[in-house]
Amino acid sequence: MLDVFTLFLFNIIVYNIPLLYGTTGEIMIEKSGSLNLGVEGTMAIGAVVGYLAGAKTNSLFVACIVSFIAAGLVGLLFSFLTVTLQANQNVTGLTITTFGVAFYYFIGNALSNSKGGWPMFSGAEESATKAFYEQSQALHIPVLSDIPFFGKALFSHGILVYVAILIAILMSVYFKKTVPGLKLRAIGENPAAADSLGVNVTLYKYLHIIIGSGIMGIGGLYMGLNMGGTFEGSNCWINGYGWISIALVIFANWSPAKAILGTFIFGFFNTLRVQNAALAYAFPNALGWLTKIPSHFFSALPFIITLIVLIASSLSKKKKSGEPQAIGRNYYREDR
Amino acid sequence: MKKLISIIVTAALTVTSVFALAGCNSAEGGESNSNGDNGTVASQDDGDEPVTPVDSDSDFKVGAIYINSQNDTSGYTYAHHKGITTAMKSIGLNPDTDLYIVDNIPEDDEKVKQAIDQLAGNGCNIIFGISFGYINAFEEKAEEYPDIIFSHATGYLSNDKNFNNYFGRIYQARYLAGIAAGYKSLAIGNNNIGYVSAWGTEYAETCSGINAFAMGCMAVNPDAKISVYEIYTWGDQELERQAAETLIETYGCGVIAQHCDSAQPQIVANEKHVFGCGYNSDMTAEAPDSHLTAPIWNWDAYYATAMKAAMTDPDSFMQTVGNYYEGLSAGLVDVSELSKNCEPETAEAIKLAKDLMISGEWDVFSGVKLTFSGAAGSVKVDKVNDALVTNAGAEIVAAGGASVDDGVIQGTMDYYVAGVTQVNN
Repeated sequence: MLDVFTLFLFNIIVYNIPLLYGTTGEIMIEKSGSLNLGVEGTMAIGAVVGYLAGAKTNSLFVACIVSFIAAGLVGLLFSFLTVTLQANQNVTGLTITTFGVAFYYFIGNALSNSKGGWPMFSGAEESATKAFYEQSQALHIPVLSDIPFFGKALFSHGILVYVAILIAILMSVYFKKTVPGLKLRAIGENPAAADSLGVNVTLYKYLHIIIGSGIMGIGGLYMGLNMGGTFEGSNCWINGYGWISIALVIFANWSPAKAILGTFIFGFFNTLRVQNAALAYAFPNALGWLTKIPSHFFSALPFIITLIVLIASSLSKKKKSGEPQAIGRNYYREDR
Repeated sequence: MKKLISIIVTAALTVTSVFALAGCNSAEGGESNSNGDNGTVASQDDGDEPVTPVDSDSDFKVGAIYINSQNDTSGYTYAHHKGITTAMKSIGLNPDTDLYIVDNIPEDDEKVKQAIDQLAGNGCNIIFGISFGYINAFEEKAEEYPDIIFSHATGYLSNDKNFNNYFGRIYQARYLAGIAAGYKSLAIGNNNIGYVSAWGTEYAETCSGINAFAMGCMAVNPDAKISVYEIYTWGDQELERQAAETLIETYGCGVIAQHCDSAQPQIVANEKHVFGCGYNSDMTAEAPDSHLTAPIWNWDAYYATAMKAAMTDPDSFMQTVGNYYEGLSAGLVDVSELSKNCEPETAEAIKLAKDLMISGEWDVFSGVKLTFSGAAGSVKVDKVNDALVTNAGAEIVAAGGASVDDGVIQGTMDYYVAGVTQVNN
């Protein structure tokens, strides 16, 4: 048995890290001036393709690479439509969501109905996916994992949890400290100005949309692995997390570092929804009042919080918004 | 120009993905037909699709309206679809040509009515609707089409000519699963048993299942305590998973039962090295080291009965079949094959309880409790007169009284029996 606080902290991280992948991926895309509403679909495609590749080759590394490539191809499609063909970004993004989720069910149902069935994911001795399974399980970090309380909560996770945080930090550095990051931000703010300075706008947009989509794909893969890799006919692994990621981008004010914080704040309320009764049970005197609040309120709470943040950030008089000025508008060089 | 091209491409993509959603049904149906073993249906979500029946011996046509996709591989719609196709094969109908399906129909009167019109146009002789919310549309359309038999699962409405409802005593199967869980709890020396439930006392269906399971546990292990975590939705994989984790980690449960859509609670039980009872299908594949047995439905038992009656004499359908509410005795419900994780006494005890229920000698919600004793090979069952009491202390049935299964059928059961606690509110 785990201490209730340990489990609480542990679950905040385990169940909400996919949001960080989705959010950082989307931030990268939005920084290039494109608004991609296809996060849900991109994650779904990355998840299903990556998982199947991993199960086939019995390797988490291959799963991640394939997931990145599959989702990256979706990003390529998005860039081709919106950057080259100048399609409406909102419509294209929604299309990708519809397409991606349908693709997920299509592949999953087809495989489940086929002779071999959906490939199961198991650490059992004779299992063909043993290595893949074990690579996705929690790592034991010497010393850190053994710290009482925090060791289990913070330092006993699968590799993909740390990768997500690493990606967010690297991305933050990339935006702030490197020349390509500066150019990218310039494109997001004013593509015409960047273009006049000799920045290859099209190349930058393509590249960053593809990389951002790839990152989302790994987040989808993580969700699938977290669910034990089982395919359920009517229930998608992504489960709406793609949409929450888009809201979290605004929550984080387009900063990958703040996205880490945003993920955990959202995760806190998301976990409270599940664990409020357990907290009240473990600490009847201090937290017993939690059971007096109807659970429907807890279910709504993460979204209420998001809503409040969105309203507050819109009302804020400060001009320090990280929102790229040119977001959602296609750049066409000969446009006047 | 560029704009024009992009609009066309986007439009094409949108159309494609809409078809990917809708069209994957027929595409996949075809695929699984070629594999044969699932017997999924090739026909007809679109009424205008030309259908050419091949070699059909009779012109009896079956219609079905599903809440989810006919291509589901587990869960509620899957169980019904499997039941209908199995029943058709058993009575000599060909599901590929004689079955018309309209799937993914939400509980919306207008959409259900349209689906019924479509199936009536296809010439169906009997129409099954599997979801509770189809109830009003079914009642209305039964009057409009007096020659078609309407059969509605889980509902409570009917008429005296061509509209019935059907459901089963799944609580009997849950009682049996409870026996397996009870033996396991004794063996591992942990009286805490968890139950991840979609809903609690709001629905008699979930509530009676929890109670019956708890009574099965307590028939073996009188000290068993059942902790219910209500997730307030029929299916949310992630929530089901976290609920099971909480029950195991915080409430110390050693066996996890469930009444929800996915296999996540069993997968968690497997990961955490505790045990579990699934639902709807044998979940031993998902949780090989932990799953004991699952209450399951054999819907084909009803579908075969209903189709046969409708084929031979549709006019007397309401007399021969009527409103259908059967259990173990009709083979409509059962438990899945006991896994290797079960304790040795389990099979014998389940057999004893099952015989009592099949013979009609005893039922779960009565003033008589069963108790099991003895080692494997000599398990015996005793009946003890003991009142059925809620966890708040109110007496429902006096000691020795008859069973109150009407509370389940009419949906009035809204209490937990003693020994059950809901952990969240």
